[in-house]
Amino acid sequence: MDIVVMARVLFGSSLGFHIIYATIGVGLPVMIIIAEVLHYIKKDSDYALMARRWTKGFAIILAVSIASGTIVGVLISLLFPNFMEIVGQVIALPFQMEIFAFLIEAVFMSIYLYAADRLPPVLRFISIISVALGATASAILITDVHAWMNTPAGFNITPDGSVTDVDTWAAFFNPSFGVTAIHVTLSAYMTVAFIIASIAALRLMRKGLSSKERNYHKKALTIALYFGAIMSLATAINGHETAQMLHEYNPRKLAAAEGLFETTRYAPLSIGGYTSLEDQRVKYAVEIPYALSFLAGDRLDTEVLGLNEFPEELWPPLYVHVLFNVMVGIGSLLIVVAFFAIFWRHVLKKEFPGWLLAILAVSGPLAMIAIETGWCFSCIGRQPWTITDVLRTGEAATKSSSVGFLLGLFLTLYITLLFITGFVLRSYFKRNPASKDLDAVH
Amino acid sequence: MEASTLAITILWSLLFIYSILGSLDFGAGFWGMIYGRNDQTSASQIANRFLSPTWEVTNVFLVIFVVSVVTFFPFATTLLGSILLVPVGIGLLLLTIRTTFMVFEHHTQKYRELMRLTSGFSGLIIPALLVSILPITLGGFVDFENDLPVLHYAELLTHPTLYMHIAFGLSTELFISAVFLMDYSKEADDWSAYQTFRKHAIWLGPVSIAIAMLTIGTFPAEANWIVENIEDNWLWFGLSVFFFIIGYTLLFIKKQDGVRGWSRLAVTAIILQYGIAIYAYGSAHLPYLVYPHLTVTEGFTNPSTFYPMLIVYGVGFGILIPAFYLFWRLFLKDRRYLKQP
Repeated sequence: MDIVVMARVLFGSSLGFHIIYATIGVGLPVMIIIAEVLHYIKKDSDYALMARRWTKGFAIILAVSIASGTIVGVLISLLFPNFMEIVGQVIALPFQMEIFAFLIEAVFMSIYLYAADRLPPVLRFISIISVALGATASAILITDVHAWMNTPAGFNITPDGSVTDVDTWAAFFNPSFGVTAIHVTLSAYMTVAFIIASIAALRLMRKGLSSKERNYHKKALTIALYFGAIMSLATAINGHETAQMLHEYNPRKLAAAEGLFETTRYAPLSIGGYTSLEDQRVKYAVEIPYALSFLAGDRLDTEVLGLNEFPEELWPPLYVHVLFNVMVGIGSLLIVVAFFAIFWRHVLKKEFPGWLLAILAVSGPLAMIAIETGWCFSCIGRQPWTITDVLRTGEAATKSSSVGFLLGLFLTLYITLLFITGFVLRSYFKRNPASKDLDAVH
Repeated sequence: MEASTLAITILWSLLFIYSILGSLDFGAGFWGMIYGRNDQTSASQIANRFLSPTWEVTNVFLVIFVVSVVTFFPFATTLLGSILLVPVGIGLLLLTIRTTFMVFEHHTQKYRELMRLTSGFSGLIIPALLVSILPITLGGFVDFENDLPVLHYAELLTHPTLYMHIAFGLSTELFISAVFLMDYSKEADDWSAYQTFRKHAIWLGPVSIAIAMLTIGTFPAEANWIVENIEDNWLWFGLSVFFFIIGYTLLFIKKQDGVRGWSRLAVTAIILQYGIAIYAYGSAHLPYLVYPHLTVTEGFTNPSTFYPMLIVYGVGFGILIPAFYLFWRLFLKDRRYLKQP
């Protein structure tokens, strides 16, 4: 592997690792707030217990999230120094604001975690709200930098590579900032809802639960399903706007996502399959007539640019079509699952059968796969650029030959930590099962 | 004041804050490990009680420092990124292991001992790695080959100054944390821990100051420029030593209740000692970030980005002041927290 590829694999795997924990870190505080509010309204101690148990899990996840976030934040400067040289001059603001958001989250998380019992309820509630605001703000601000890489704005670059005419706020409010930030936030909320649904479903599949325990997990599942249903639907609506943003500002990426080679009116949407360069089309796909044109411009006759409009050396890898489909496919599937489960339980008023619980049990991991493929699509779909049409990845990356050595070390670290986090979470909640806490409360 | 001077002053202030917080953090981790299985003193519980709520905040200050370097001095990233890739990369790896194991240790029963030792010892190795960045910037270890900056590992690793810098960093870390934890024990009314930390502060104080002075003597020949600047700044370094003497003497003064040591004043004097020394060293380091390849003005960003960033810093810390106050009340002042069984 050459150095640039190794630098990309190292940074990509770091981000891929971090995003698992970061996503949970953004969504879980919101779930905790919901449980706290329900406890306040319904005066049902089950919800207080839920908030407390989720907080314990959050504390473990947050440790890995903070550590891996530190890695990502420092590694980006080490691996892509030429990129950061431009970032520092143009889009430094969200980076710095993010740190303060992160600081707010860290301070109030410690307060909520270690001092909740010494705080008056109002202050405790302010603490967890600050944690959630800090986490979400942090996600939005970092996404701003990512959005700016996709749709750069607020500067000019001279032929010798110097940056001129910097307009900090134009860079901050770059064209894709709004939709992308909303997309990241909503999908994180949605993913955590389905993860909670998965855990509750797994528990409910067990035989011999006491009725107290069964009720507790059903309440958790209900919160997760409603929140998950709303958030997945909202994510889909926002996804539509994201497609329109791509159509307007990044047609090359949209063409690669859809495997469209020739510029077309009444363009069909290809679902599934893979993009074949020889055949200049997506093979083995299901085609929905006119759907792509409609998605891109709300009209059936919208002209959608094809890849052949661009020199081939500027195409992203064609497999991004698969990544895109996995993300959209899982997202759509989960909307159906959530609404169907709600319909079954609260309209038909029936108990959850085993098969439905089994489907719900995989919904969390599926949502996380969608998050991973979504990030891969967005970053790989931007190639060969690090900053679209401004800086190529080959120029942005470090020239240092030590990257390979670090790559081996970090990959080992990530795989080990994934296992250890799983082990620690399991062992903690095995020693402190809900049944034990429920007995203590009632 | 010029914008770039203002930027380096802010950066240096952040370095000061992190070096104190980091010393307390890694030092507490180390003391927690050393006394983890000792039943004679509760020093370990005191150290861990301080560490649990504070490590996240300390960690954020490390990130603030790094982000400030990159955003205030973007033209320094190519040079710094290339030469520091391996040392900082390994530091990040260890920091991750340390952070996660420290938290995992509280949530599991198996492998606790292994996790405790790993997080404790990394509390020595990480500061050692961080402090080794200092000699790299002094000159003699970095060159350009085919336009690419290269760090000469062989020369660095065989040079005594590296090891003196590491010894300086570690003795300082342990001294500052011992004095601070002594005061923290007093707040918790835990006199056995108080005496344990006082005992360590008493031997570490003179050791750390002696090592600091000897370290300057080991600077590489290329670093003459900074040695001269340090000599020009002798008044400030002298003031720093003066505060050390005050702080150290306060460890021995008997109070009305018969306990030796005026811990709160001692901590304050020691922090002043290091504050003055860090600013004096920082001003001696000017105008270079990395001698002789990069100066502060060469690395500096454009003013149109810098001033909005200043506002972000002002507003950011402004918002956080009440949060820090609450934090301090709850974890450094509240006896219900400090004196829990």
